Amino acid sequence: MTTTTFPVQPPSLESSPARGRLRWAVADALTMTKRNLIGYTRVPEAIFFSSVQPIMFVLLFRYVFGGAIPTPGYHYVQFLMPGIFVQTVAFGSIGTSIGLAEDLQKGLIERFRALPMSRWAVLAGRTTADLCRNLFVMVLMTAVGYAVGYRIGTNVGEYLAGILLLLLFAYALSWGFAYIGLAAPNSETAQLMSFPLLFPLTFASSAFVPLQSMPGWLQGFAQHQPVSIVVNAARDLMSGVPRPDLVFPPFTAIPHTGRTSSTVFWAIIWSIGILAVLAPVSVRRYRRRAF
Amino acid sequence: MTPAIQLEDLRKSFGSTVRALDGVSFEVEAGTIFGLLGPNGAGKTTVIRILTTVLGADSGRALVLGHDVRTEPEKVRTLIGLAGQFAAVDENLTGAENIWMIGRLNHMSKAPLKERASSLLEQFGLTEAANRPTKTYSGGMRRRLDVAASLVAHPRVLFLDEPTTGLDPASRADVWAMIEGFAAEGTTVLLTTQYLEEADRLAEQLVVIDHGHVIAEGTPATLKASMGATVLDLGLADENAAIRAGELLKTVNEKPPVVLGRTVEVNVNDGPRVVTEALRILETEGIAPTTLALREPSLDDVFLAITGHRAEDEPGKQSGSSTSPEGRQDRRKGRS
Repeated sequence: MTTTTFPVQPPSLESSPARGRLRWAVADALTMTKRNLIGYTRVPEAIFFSSVQPIMFVLLFRYVFGGAIPTPGYHYVQFLMPGIFVQTVAFGSIGTSIGLAEDLQKGLIERFRALPMSRWAVLAGRTTADLCRNLFVMVLMTAVGYAVGYRIGTNVGEYLAGILLLLLFAYALSWGFAYIGLAAPNSETAQLMSFPLLFPLTFASSAFVPLQSMPGWLQGFAQHQPVSIVVNAARDLMSGVPRPDLVFPPFTAIPHTGRTSSTVFWAIIWSIGILAVLAPVSVRRYRRRAF
Repeated sequence: MTPAIQLEDLRKSFGSTVRALDGVSFEVEAGTIFGLLGPNGAGKTTVIRILTTVLGADSGRALVLGHDVRTEPEKVRTLIGLAGQFAAVDENLTGAENIWMIGRLNHMSKAPLKERASSLLEQFGLTEAANRPTKTYSGGMRRRLDVAASLVAHPRVLFLDEPTTGLDPASRADVWAMIEGFAAEGTTVLLTTQYLEEADRLAEQLVVIDHGHVIAEGTPATLKASMGATVLDLGLADENAAIRAGELLKTVNEKPPVVLGRTVEVNVNDGPRVVTEALRILETEGIAPTTLALREPSLDDVFLAITGHRAEDEPGKQSGSSTSPEGRQDRRKGRS
């Protein structure tokens, strides 16, 4: 029997050197992003219900706990909202691990591995789609914030810079959760594995309460961990630096750790550092052929 | 001519105890349909995963159209199509979007891809459902879409891992017709199956593997000839009666009967004659069979004929004798 040669052959990667490779890598990542975004539009309930929880947190802290939490230099809602924003996008990045675990479970990753596509496109497509979802959620949360009395304390430009900063942070976290998604046996476990990592990071932080209210040993951790650093930067950009003249409720003066520029600088360094370490680790995990 | 697939002494272990492949070698001629036959856990999927560059082998060589999967995985990926065991389609995407995605990831340009996608959807009877999310598809439709997507970039070698497992008989027949269709166009097809009937219908050549070893190879005809055209199953009242019947029936057929518990199986070429004679002999000796059946040989019978024992399933699971696709779904999850 003879083989028929097909008139249409798939373009060979050999004919395209490094530049062509990069072009395909970007094209593959865009294809995967588009695929994931279409998936989100097909299950709008998922986005709707994943937004319910952060809104509950807003209401809970704004109207239930908030009155009991003195926040020097800020009205509590001004203190709270940037923290809620960071918490929301950080928890949103768990979606990356769930999505990848599902793809793995359904055999899609197996199929992608056998395709001549770029090795990082599956992860890049997922994290980028989750970035888009987080952007959407931030628009929603901004509206929620406005509804509960939050007002931009700086200016629109800095507020938007704050949003960009927390999206960058969440994007970096996504690459870390990608690893969990690839390592977990199924999507339920991926979610369960992600939660204990994020919970202490977001709650033992400056997101909801001033660090000064925590016991000393916890303060040490809370002050230096990345979520607090990003929250402080976002708060500086969105609500403005604390104003000692604003006394509501009464407070004891606390030293602020620095000017806006330095908090933002360290938040960016942390985000890029997390990305630079975790992205290659996750891609490596994806590339590993025997598992 | 370069063979489409060459395996040389391929070995793969999972952990220190599970030896999935223990020195598998075979060759697939280009442009043919090749069957890889074996029970659950035999190592079929492991062979496919190594050949499609998804899994690395411990030792040995695997070549696709002369390209080593270890050293040239990227080249190999441009030559192959894979439809895995689980109909891996994205449930949220429509049928058309699924094919579009796989085509784009195969680096096809948009215009030819559009044309190719619509012709595939038509060929696989999915045009009407093309714009519906695939979560609304039936099992048969998903499988057809899966195979269609694997064909989008004109693969020279197509891997189908148990393409009909879990399908109803009508969908199986559809899938068979499709496979024959694109094989006629010159694509080399390697398909794995648990069903002798399927291998017999589709494959020109086949190998039978068990516990990571090749235990038989040849054409379906030679394989069947090696064990007879039909199987006579006799059920006896108890095991002693079965052993006696087995002794008595040694004379009726050139192949000796196999006694398994209370049943006696005889692989025969001349069914009606052997049945008549067997019953006559048993009646003379005062043994009355409780059940009697003449049936097509199953994969189990192939194993019985080749190895003298039944195809062993995974530990803890009942030894399989069913040749029907139904009721198998829960059993294929063991190794994937």
